[in-house]
Amino acid sequence: MRNLLTSTALALTVLASAGLPAMAQETLKIGYVDPLSGGGASIGQIGMNQLNFIADEINAKGGVNGKQVEVVGYDNQLNPQISLVQVQKAIDDGIQIIVQGNGSSVAVAVSDFVTKYNERNPGANIVHLNYAAIDPVLTNEKCSYWHFTWDASADIKMEALTNFIKEDQNLQKVYLISQDYSFGHAVAGAAKRMLEAKRPDVEIVGDEYHPLVKITDFAPYVAKIQASGADTVITGNWGQDLALLIKAAGQAGLDVNWYTLYAGGAGAPTAIKQAGLENKVFQINEGINNQGYGPAEERAGALMSRFSDAPVYYPRMFNMMDMVFAAIEEAGSDDPGDFIPKLEGMKHDSFAAGDEGFMRADDHQFFQPLYISTLGALEDGQKFDEEHTGWGWKMAAAVPTESTLLETTCEMERP
Amino acid sequence: MIEIIVVSTLNGVLYGMLLFLMASGLTVIFSMMGVLNLAHASFYMLGAFFGFEITRRIGFWPALVVAPLLVGAIGMAVERYGLRRVHSHGHVAELLFTFGLTFVIKEVVEMIWGKLPADYRVPGSLDFAAFTLFSSDYPAFRLFVLLVSIAIFLALLLVIKRTRIGLIVQAALTHPGMVGMLGHNVDRIFMLVFGVGVALAAVAGVIAGPILITQSNMAGLLGPILFVVVVVGGLGSLGGAFAASLLIGLVQTFAVAFNVSLADLFGSTAAGEVLSVWLSDIWRVTVAQVAPILPYLLLVLILIFRPRGLMGTRDT
Amino acid sequence: MSEATVISRSVRASRGGLTAYAIWLALALALLLLPQLFPSRLALSTMSLMGTMIIFALSYNMLLGQTGLLSFGHAVFFGLGGYFCVHALNLAGDYGWPIPLPIFPLVGALGGLTFGVLFGAVATKRAGTAFAMITLGIGELVVSLALILRRFFGGEEGITTDRTDVLSFFGYSFGPQSQVYYLVAAWCFISVAAMYAVTRTPFGRICNAVRDNPQRTAFIGYDMGTVRFIAFSLAGLFAGIAGGLSAINFEIVNAAQMGAVESGSVILMTYIGGVGNFAGPIIGAILVTWLQLVLSDATQIWPLYVGLLFIGIVMFAPGGIAGMLAMQGPVIAAGKLHRVAPYYLLAAIPGAIAVIGLSILAETSHQFSIRAAYGPSITLYSLPFDVTSPLPWIVGLVLAAGGVWLFLRAARLARNAYEEAIAGGAA
Repeated sequence: MRNLLTSTALALTVLASAGLPAMAQETLKIGYVDPLSGGGASIGQIGMNQLNFIADEINAKGGVNGKQVEVVGYDNQLNPQISLVQVQKAIDDGIQIIVQGNGSSVAVAVSDFVTKYNERNPGANIVHLNYAAIDPVLTNEKCSYWHFTWDASADIKMEALTNFIKEDQNLQKVYLISQDYSFGHAVAGAAKRMLEAKRPDVEIVGDEYHPLVKITDFAPYVAKIQASGADTVITGNWGQDLALLIKAAGQAGLDVNWYTLYAGGAGAPTAIKQAGLENKVFQINEGINNQGYGPAEERAGALMSRFSDAPVYYPRMFNMMDMVFAAIEEAGSDDPGDFIPKLEGMKHDSFAAGDEGFMRADDHQFFQPLYISTLGALEDGQKFDEEHTGWGWKMAAAVPTESTLLETTCEMERP
Repeated sequence: MIEIIVVSTLNGVLYGMLLFLMASGLTVIFSMMGVLNLAHASFYMLGAFFGFEITRRIGFWPALVVAPLLVGAIGMAVERYGLRRVHSHGHVAELLFTFGLTFVIKEVVEMIWGKLPADYRVPGSLDFAAFTLFSSDYPAFRLFVLLVSIAIFLALLLVIKRTRIGLIVQAALTHPGMVGMLGHNVDRIFMLVFGVGVALAAVAGVIAGPILITQSNMAGLLGPILFVVVVVGGLGSLGGAFAASLLIGLVQTFAVAFNVSLADLFGSTAAGEVLSVWLSDIWRVTVAQVAPILPYLLLVLILIFRPRGLMGTRDT
Repeated sequence: MSEATVISRSVRASRGGLTAYAIWLALALALLLLPQLFPSRLALSTMSLMGTMIIFALSYNMLLGQTGLLSFGHAVFFGLGGYFCVHALNLAGDYGWPIPLPIFPLVGALGGLTFGVLFGAVATKRAGTAFAMITLGIGELVVSLALILRRFFGGEEGITTDRTDVLSFFGYSFGPQSQVYYLVAAWCFISVAAMYAVTRTPFGRICNAVRDNPQRTAFIGYDMGTVRFIAFSLAGLFAGIAGGLSAINFEIVNAAQMGAVESGSVILMTYIGGVGNFAGPIIGAILVTWLQLVLSDATQIWPLYVGLLFIGIVMFAPGGIAGMLAMQGPVIAAGKLHRVAPYYLLAAIPGAIAVIGLSILAETSHQFSIRAAYGPSITLYSLPFDVTSPLPWIVGLVLAAGGVWLFLRAARLARNAYEEAIAGGAA
């Protein structure tokens, strides 16, 4: 079916370019390689929805360089090997722009594949746009000219978060709990290192790792936190591991401040509401709904009213696509070989509040202002709640782009 | 130290009882039909979603009765029109049939309730702290879980050991032909047993849904821990499953409480220096860190050294 | 299962030795010529993946089909084979060892065999459900440990490699996918032949005996534990080859490859293809891989279809697809296919209608519930539908119900015709 469509589209393109100047039938295809079935589908679908929304937005304005944008979904089942075949399929369908985000294992595989593919097939120029995988290796040891990332890495987020936490004079005892795998260690390791440097007086009373998605009952862990006398918990947990931890804490009446990286993810706001931890859970990310910035509220509102069953979105995806479209228009070409130089070093007013960020050419990491927020009952003037809970994110602090900069060890090989 | 022991014991028992609640239906089906129901967690998920939906409309207590009945009826239909047909092909085919069922139930649940978690909450009448111990609250709902678990355990024990139905069911497993000759409808007995087992899974779903997360991937995320309970307890032994639940609950909880690693044990010795180089990855791994993996280790060890499990009456 | 085996065996017996060679020759030719038929890069990567999965599924069938052991952790050996291969590739690249790439799957085989022996010593003491549970436990343990032992397993992102870094093989760099395809195809051919050879040895026969009647096998003096142990180790070896090929093909290995999902999908492949027939897992591996890659693009609810297909096979055709094909052997031998074929066609038409009806129902409800934000219109079988109107529901329901009803009737007729043809053939 798709082959038929592809060949038809190809034939039309050939006809159009041969006979007439560029016409509106021409499309710019973007391949979205993320989980669309199975356990990861809930998050993959959110990204797909948003990408489609952005494509519809730009198409309504006449497209990019006169071309209509079409998003083609490829289900990778969150499996690195299947992902590579799907990327190959996208390439065979004539797609040069691959969007992918979920799972560092998948991101490393895709970035590696794309880099080797371009090396072995000169002129192929496939680019990997990463909107969510934040393992630091992607912008350090394993960085690539053909990979760009828009989410802040674990180190960057922790740098900003500890800058915020260190101002808290009541802070005395910190408990670290994370999932036992590379990302969890990256988060906990960075937290320990940075807290020791910034607040030597603070005592780290616990440094806990637990296996990934294996725990049904977090009560023993909460009891341990309780017994340690901690006043603050920092965790890199996400998904079920975060939601269950928070719920168990709520049930045990644990009274601490929570600093998280993924409390905005699907399921966590529901858990926080159920645990009754109002304004106790902080998250750091690149923007929240209730930031009170007009253009963002307008776009996010339109997105969320269309996809009301899954009212979650990634501000960074707006940043990513806005920048890529700008680069394509500036280069006058949608071949990544032409528009990547425009993307490198590009400055961009970030989606959430219009503050400036930039794409660092050294490692292809987007540096942006980050925001720390807490979840609580909606106040006057706040429009957006999360997951129909009646609670919404509220700003606690803004971290300017300059405070998020980190060194990189990337030695990029340029073609 | 006292604090650690008391709190860990309490948490261990509470967790163990939650495990038994979830595993009881699996044990019933396995011990009476010899079928290891791989779709057990899927029926548990169905129970949670039915519970959520009924709680929202009528209330939690009606849900606790109605949802298991509904899911039990679905289970009986599955047995009548699916499993029974497969029965003649042997246990592997039965196992695989339930394996295929997990895919179908998950997709259907997603179609009805979507992929986001449902806001399924502890009922107001049980949403308070029962008591406080060493500054930790113990929610009343967890005690409710404990009570329900024990009640189910005693009721099942009574039915199986002390009633006529129980005897017939037990006989039907080992001598189906003879039981049939005596005028009992063996097929109907199996259908009923499967229905009861699945209904128990749904009871667990209705109760555990608010504690855990009611979402379309909850069945997959629960993982194989329930099989560990059943197998460690002894295939087909209710008492064994009860003991295994407690054992696993306690082992896991106590392991979490202790931060002992190889480095702590051998750190200062000469051998420690050598080992730390060779075992660098696991050198600093604490017991607490691997606590949730211990049940699987227990499973493998039990099956090697005591294949019939803690209280099993027969091998495999 | 056993019924299908008996039939397939009688088919095999009726063939001459020459035809047996012809089959292998045809297989080799097909593997050689496939890239000419499907030259696109996508087709090449798909076929490379299929070749890998064929080895993997066949190695699994050494356990499930031939020895009657249901394992829930077979992917462990696939993954470990991959890890050994990838580490060997990296070492060879770094130190310039003069080993050409085609040798490296042997490293995977060695890894798979080593751990097959290790875990087999533990697991094969038991059979049946206990064996299944031990393999489940081992699988969980290995995957959990893989995330903790980051030096060897590379954590979540796994270990990457570059297959072009090692010594080139007669001028082939193995950069292009087509060269990798031929590498996979060659190993696939060797492995298939080797595994087939195993089934023809006395050991292979004893495996069958252990599966079919353990008591009698023990009685005639074989230690069943040893037989299971050897079968388990060999299965580990071939799974390791598959893992090594996968590592070479994708140039990355990670912990997810050893996980329960992968172990589950090999069960699907083997069983759908057919456990009672040597060719079954081959068919299953090709079909399921294709479904994973192609059906997943056509519809998001593809696991529903795969699950239903799987349940259907378990319920109605326990011999799998290969079993159904093998059942036609006696009919063909009796020269009565022309009598039965019309009935098959008669059953196939309402069957297809039922499938179309069911898929319309499934897709309509999917669009109605999960994809509601994408609007009510969908295109099914090139016809536009509006899911908020009752039309597609009614159409789906009528087609499904009518199709199933007619199919059941036609299937009964077909079964009668089949039995008649067999009986006639025997007389």
